[in-house]
Amino acid sequence: MRKWIGATAAVSALALVTACSSEGASDGPSDGDGGGNGETVTLEFAQWWEPELPEGVLRGLMDDFEEANPGIEVELLSGPYASTREQVVAGAASGTMSDVVGLDGAWVSDFVDQGSIADLTALMSDAGYDDGELASQVQLGGSTYMIPVVNFAYMLFTNDGLLAEAGVDAAPSTRSEFEAAAIAVSESDENTSGWILPLSLETPNGIQNDVMSWAWASGGSMLTDDGAPDVNNADVQSAVDFVVGLDEAGAVAPGAATLKEQDKVEEFSSGRVGMMISSLAHINTLRESSPDLDFSLHAVPAEDGYSGERGTPYASWGIGVAENSENKEEAWKLVEFLMSADANGELANAANAFPGNSTAVPEFVTQDEIFQSAFDVWNEGYPANEFVGLPVAEQLMRDMAEELQRVLNGDISVEDALTATQTKWESQF
Amino acid sequence: MTHPPETTEARAAAPLATAPASAGSGDGGTDNGADKTRGGWRGRRSYRGTVAPYGFLTPTFVLLLVLMVTPITMVIGYSFVDRVIINPNSEFVGFENYAQVLGDPVFFKAVSNTAIFAGASVIAHFVLGMGFALMLNSPMIGNRLKAVYRAIYILPWLFTVAIVAVLWRMLLSPNGIVNFFVTELGFAEEQIAWLSDPSLALPAITFINIWAGYPFFMVSLLAGLQGISSELYEAARLDRAGPVKQFFNVTLPQLKPIIISMALLDFIWTTQQFALIWMTTGGGPIDATEMVSTYTYKLAFSTYDFAVASASAVIIFLLSMTLAFFYVRHQKSRD
Repeated sequence: MRKWIGATAAVSALALVTACSSEGASDGPSDGDGGGNGETVTLEFAQWWEPELPEGVLRGLMDDFEEANPGIEVELLSGPYASTREQVVAGAASGTMSDVVGLDGAWVSDFVDQGSIADLTALMSDAGYDDGELASQVQLGGSTYMIPVVNFAYMLFTNDGLLAEAGVDAAPSTRSEFEAAAIAVSESDENTSGWILPLSLETPNGIQNDVMSWAWASGGSMLTDDGAPDVNNADVQSAVDFVVGLDEAGAVAPGAATLKEQDKVEEFSSGRVGMMISSLAHINTLRESSPDLDFSLHAVPAEDGYSGERGTPYASWGIGVAENSENKEEAWKLVEFLMSADANGELANAANAFPGNSTAVPEFVTQDEIFQSAFDVWNEGYPANEFVGLPVAEQLMRDMAEELQRVLNGDISVEDALTATQTKWESQF
Repeated sequence: MTHPPETTEARAAAPLATAPASAGSGDGGTDNGADKTRGGWRGRRSYRGTVAPYGFLTPTFVLLLVLMVTPITMVIGYSFVDRVIINPNSEFVGFENYAQVLGDPVFFKAVSNTAIFAGASVIAHFVLGMGFALMLNSPMIGNRLKAVYRAIYILPWLFTVAIVAVLWRMLLSPNGIVNFFVTELGFAEEQIAWLSDPSLALPAITFINIWAGYPFFMVSLLAGLQGISSELYEAARLDRAGPVKQFFNVTLPQLKPIIISMALLDFIWTTQQFALIWMTTGGGPIDATEMVSTYTYKLAFSTYDFAVASASAVIIFLLSMTLAFFYVRHQKSRD
């Protein structure tokens, strides 16, 4: 009996060690041999897109890709945005990143520094790919590392019912019109606010979408011409002054310091907020949760007297290839497929986003009045998101959010906050 | 000349073991054969006695090595190099990362917040847990009613942290039900931003943590209360001790080992609380609810400074080890 127990213990220990060592010995995320001798190559594709798309859309596209590329299979590794980010960061650190990864522009600089994502310019060149149809590329040092597959524009959503009740007949186009409308909505009912500002430190993208968007809409910038931080310039100061002024006027929904993007959408959806700056991705959410909500989309208001082109904030579902992938050639084929006019148009259509392929026209734009107006705004302005490609972009937003929270709490002035932000940003750059 | 066998077991084993030796050595080999027999048997027994325990312990050793020793060693190693993981050519920088953490005022704010958060939580967990446990152990309440109360009181413990965070974010929202009652009952004129006001955020998340964690204390103390002999209370009553004296002279001393163990464990666990804080306040507003856990997370996954994050983690590890030392010492003294 003792012998049996001892033997079992030894075997289990050996099995454990073997399991661990075989795990550790795995040096790549893919199966197969690169497709060179007829074996099937399985590409891992980690992204957060599948849960946010209608069921089966992304898998259907992968099936189309597999059909068009015999010998290549795609395994989707899907999860929510936050967990995908941590998974990608961990994969980058351990060299086990999936072959193809969904990327946010805010991650790119760090992954390039780390050497964990591949130079797509080289892959395009090897494949003889013409990038003329790509609407945009995220480049560092002259090389492309991320291609935006679809773009979610951020625009001004107005609850037209609330605005009408407050005596506001037209959507605001300038900052002073916006301020007047926001104050009117706040004063019309004690349970409503004119505007909502999410400044949660957990996901500080409110700085990008809800604060800096005011500067970009008036042609402002938070960077110098050579890409260094310049957050305490007059354009940004003017935008932040405006935001703080709205708060002081009582036009901003309470609790900004812990509000997140989903809180913003919920408050707007429930009719407690008159206006918000949000992603087009939320149009369907609003329609499903509040079918009677009367809302419309507009460009983010610009400074009074500004007549130039307006920057429209956007976020992208970007795509990249892992440097550690043993199947870069096959990985590029998948990227190329997703950027083709048909597949890209289908994906953009399902996501209610603007396509990364400049020739693709999603159906929803021609079939839906609100999307049509949003597409017009998008085409009249220019895509603006200066956080894309910056190092530790999320931390930059968090640094600024903390300082803005101090201002809203009455601890410091806007000027001091921006000076402190500039100092923090310079240390991060 | 034969040597008497030393034990019964040896007698039984000897003939089997000696057979080949006798066959091979011919006559006169009995003594030598008997010596060899005893030596071989002792050797095998000694070998089995020495190796078998290690065989049993090997899976545990391997698990400890893979899951505890390796990651801890790696993190300690990371804390002494510069820009680890991100930079493929990291360099040894000695205690520079530690100096950076210990020179950051936000770290000390995080330590202070963590101490307040954990200390207040443990005290409140004990007071509430003891109160409810005494009530559920009271003979004045019928068994059916006790079962109902038990189910209600234990509810917060059954929710995952994510649900607790979402639930209380909604309840404490400026438009939430708590503000509805506060304003309707005249306690405040306008909505209170419980989680967004820097002066209220830490008390608010401490309250949420107290609500979520007291059932653990309650269940443990209830089990302890049910194990106290009724004879002790009878003797106390004979000595004319009232309920209060009985509580302080019988109940508390009997529960003391459980209370100390629970308090130490609860303090260690609460100092490591991350998800609740992250999902409710993200460490804000400003740094009002920054904890050592959120501080370290931000260093690792927001600034990707894994080396400094490792230094912060090692400092937290050492602080936790201090608490663990007291816990282990207490457990040993009990044994």
